[in-house]
Amino acid sequence: MNPVARTVLQRLGLGLVTLFIVSIIIFSAIAMLPGDFAKAMLGQSATPETVVAFQREIGIDRPPVERYFVWVGQMLHGDFGSSFASRTGYRRTVAEIIAPRLYNTMFLASMTALIAVPLALGLGILAALYRNGWFDRLVNAVTLTTISFPEFFVAYMLAYLVISRDTFIGSEFAQSLPHWLAVSLNWILNAVPKFPTLSNVNDQTPFWEHVWRVALPAITLTLVIVAHMMRMTRAAIINMLASPYIDMARLKGMSPMAIVLRHALPNAWAPIVTVVAFNLAYLVVGVVVVEVVFVYPGIGQLMVDAVKSRDVPVVQACALIFAATYILLNLTADIISIATNPRLLHPR
Amino acid sequence: MSESEYKLGIAQSLIGHGKISRRDFIHLGLAAGLTVTAADKLFVSTARAEPLQGGFAKLGMAHGATTDSIDPAGYPDTFTQTAFSGSMSNSLTEVDAKGNVQPDLAESFESSDGAKTWVFKLRKGATFHNGKNVTADDVVTSLRYHMGDETKSAAKPLLEPVASIKADGPETVVFTLKSGNADFPYIMSDYHLVIMPAKDGKADWGSGVRTGAFVLENFQPGVSAKLKRNPNYFKNGKPYLDEVEFIAITDLAARMAALSTGEVDYIGRADLKTLGMLKRNPKVEIVEVTGYGHYTLPMNVTVAPFDNPDVRMALKWAINRQEIVDKIFLGHATVANDNPIAPAIKFATNPQPQHSFDPEKAKHYLKKAGMEKLKVDLSVADAAFAGAVDAAALIRETAAQCGIEVNVVREAEDAYWDNVWLKKPWCASYWSGRATADWMFTQAFAADSSWNESFWKNPRFNELLVQARAETDEAKRAAMYAEMQQLTHDDGGSIVLVFNNFVSAKSNKLAHGEVAPNWENDGLKMAERWWIATA
Repeated sequence: MNPVARTVLQRLGLGLVTLFIVSIIIFSAIAMLPGDFAKAMLGQSATPETVVAFQREIGIDRPPVERYFVWVGQMLHGDFGSSFASRTGYRRTVAEIIAPRLYNTMFLASMTALIAVPLALGLGILAALYRNGWFDRLVNAVTLTTISFPEFFVAYMLAYLVISRDTFIGSEFAQSLPHWLAVSLNWILNAVPKFPTLSNVNDQTPFWEHVWRVALPAITLTLVIVAHMMRMTRAAIINMLASPYIDMARLKGMSPMAIVLRHALPNAWAPIVTVVAFNLAYLVVGVVVVEVVFVYPGIGQLMVDAVKSRDVPVVQACALIFAATYILLNLTADIISIATNPRLLHPR
Repeated sequence: MSESEYKLGIAQSLIGHGKISRRDFIHLGLAAGLTVTAADKLFVSTARAEPLQGGFAKLGMAHGATTDSIDPAGYPDTFTQTAFSGSMSNSLTEVDAKGNVQPDLAESFESSDGAKTWVFKLRKGATFHNGKNVTADDVVTSLRYHMGDETKSAAKPLLEPVASIKADGPETVVFTLKSGNADFPYIMSDYHLVIMPAKDGKADWGSGVRTGAFVLENFQPGVSAKLKRNPNYFKNGKPYLDEVEFIAITDLAARMAALSTGEVDYIGRADLKTLGMLKRNPKVEIVEVTGYGHYTLPMNVTVAPFDNPDVRMALKWAINRQEIVDKIFLGHATVANDNPIAPAIKFATNPQPQHSFDPEKAKHYLKKAGMEKLKVDLSVADAAFAGAVDAAALIRETAAQCGIEVNVVREAEDAYWDNVWLKKPWCASYWSGRATADWMFTQAFAADSSWNESFWKNPRFNELLVQARAETDEAKRAAMYAEMQQLTHDDGGSIVLVFNNFVSAKSNKLAHGEVAPNWENDGLKMAERWWIATA
């Protein structure tokens, strides 16, 4: 059997088992949390009678094991179920709640990936090419700095930069500086585009406005993930450059750039792709902090909301989507590793 | 009066109708001998005094969750309350900026039989968004939605005292109460009790058709809600804005940034710590009102040591409230005196003596209780109110000087109201306050209330509560409420720490009249009451 096909089948099978286990873990974890949806919704104004009426309507008065299997049964029919936020006559399906959020998350993740991946690869290749030179050191220093700050800090700093465009010149700090310095700093700040600090979008937002609105979150995430991918690219290529066949290429008189691109890079794909996949998965499942700072309606915020209100069907669906994202992206990385490595592709 | 002054006067009256530009006005002002700045100021102040029609405002709310719904059984926080109750709907009555009850969807109301029977006449010609007339039937159905065994409404306890609601013809609704209540019209202003059209004998909340100043256009739970002007609104001239969008911005720093960059025109619950920086922005103004809301530390008076009134008194004297106001609320709160009735509410008094930090008095009461030393647990989380944990830390320090060891137990924020409040003997709590003394006392201090957070059952207090409710003689009522406030102050189990201010901020584009203190966001009705000034 073709190794690619075998890997795909094997991984998908294991993936299904993983999803099943994830769903059990999530379900029992939420069951162990104090409170339930009815109490969370009514909060301070809960009375015993209203809580009971609420619980009966959304069906959480049933035993947990029964509820879990009802849910699994629905899932097998392709029905994600209804959110507890549904009311009699006004059903809110989990699918319709998640769909726009998932689209937004994918939108932000793709946009970030489109900026970050080429940037990281390019910088990594250049850094490998000019290794230990000033360019290498500079790129390393900058990317390591941005990855070292927590993402909310990067996000707030970017937002602050945009606010300072308007307020800097009137601030006490600017007054205390020499005039020429204040003016030139102000000039630099004004060169910053007036990015929106609020990335709230909805289903009526036109495509290009959507792109414009997510500019700051995308830049933040790019700053956070570039270092990891860039350093892996650099390390993988430098590792290859020590091989005898590279010496051969050099002796043939090939230019350093050609050596890196034609000989080193094709053999370095496997580790690079693994790291890229890992970072893309992070873009889908781990950006809740950035979503909160820029008020971006993504799936991370949705899941945090749902956990807070104990809206179990929504939490379950989010968890499954996250798990599936990891499984699929890792699978893709492995397939690419196999496909770029003739020894794995044509095993003897 | 010179000719140019006369012209200026006329021009001033034109501003309100938007018929004269700022530039033209300043020209006239110069001719009348004003400086440019003075003329400009005059223009702005006149422009604000007269509401202008039109415009679009984006309002940043401090709450919003994906579980939000337009169902009035819920409305857990300011997003749903302001967008759906305050802007889209009307209750029978509303509370004005002075704290007095006014007719809203009702035209008038009067009581008989010792405030036991209340007759509300509906406003003629008020219609729903779909053009249907508002009838007494709609009112009865809407209110019954919050009553009965099947309801999940948070407003159920509010309507507990109502024995029956009947429609008497198409424009009259008659309420019969279980016992007299002179403040009943205030209760009808509650944000849950909005009027919805009746459909097949049931309140039709799901269509979003209501009576209010704005019609719902688009709602994405946890993200935003867009509403447009209701051209057939029954209040003359209102609303002023053509369109409003409510945006959920739960992150504090994001909210401040959104206002600073002009992404939104208003934010609820501004960050007190960075308020100074926000004030530096010339385009931003702070809106601050002392509301009815207060932060309390209820003690369970059925459990030792809090069953001893002298222990309660010792604790009341062991807290430095002024320090808490200064350090934790940075001055944006008012010291309270173990009396939950805010100074702005009718019949409020200030019971004497004012409880402040006095180690001598605290020690005296502790000795009276037969104790040298006392050790108590105080359960807190910032879920009760922002700053609760820090306030508890300050209390630990001051109490230590009085020989009281306060062990601050930091509880989980999640499910705080479920696991800590009404469960732990001493904890932190928050009340958004109520428009009348009776309403507040009935919900949080009456012996039979399920929210009686200190389990305090003072016989005299409860006797007075029932008497005062039905009393229609204002002077007698005032005396009774004064005695009740003194009782909660001296004997009650709730330490009322401070009254919190509603601190919000707006761009100078938005203008408003006097801001109502009953709820946040101008009594939740900012969309209906505010307008865009030309500035």
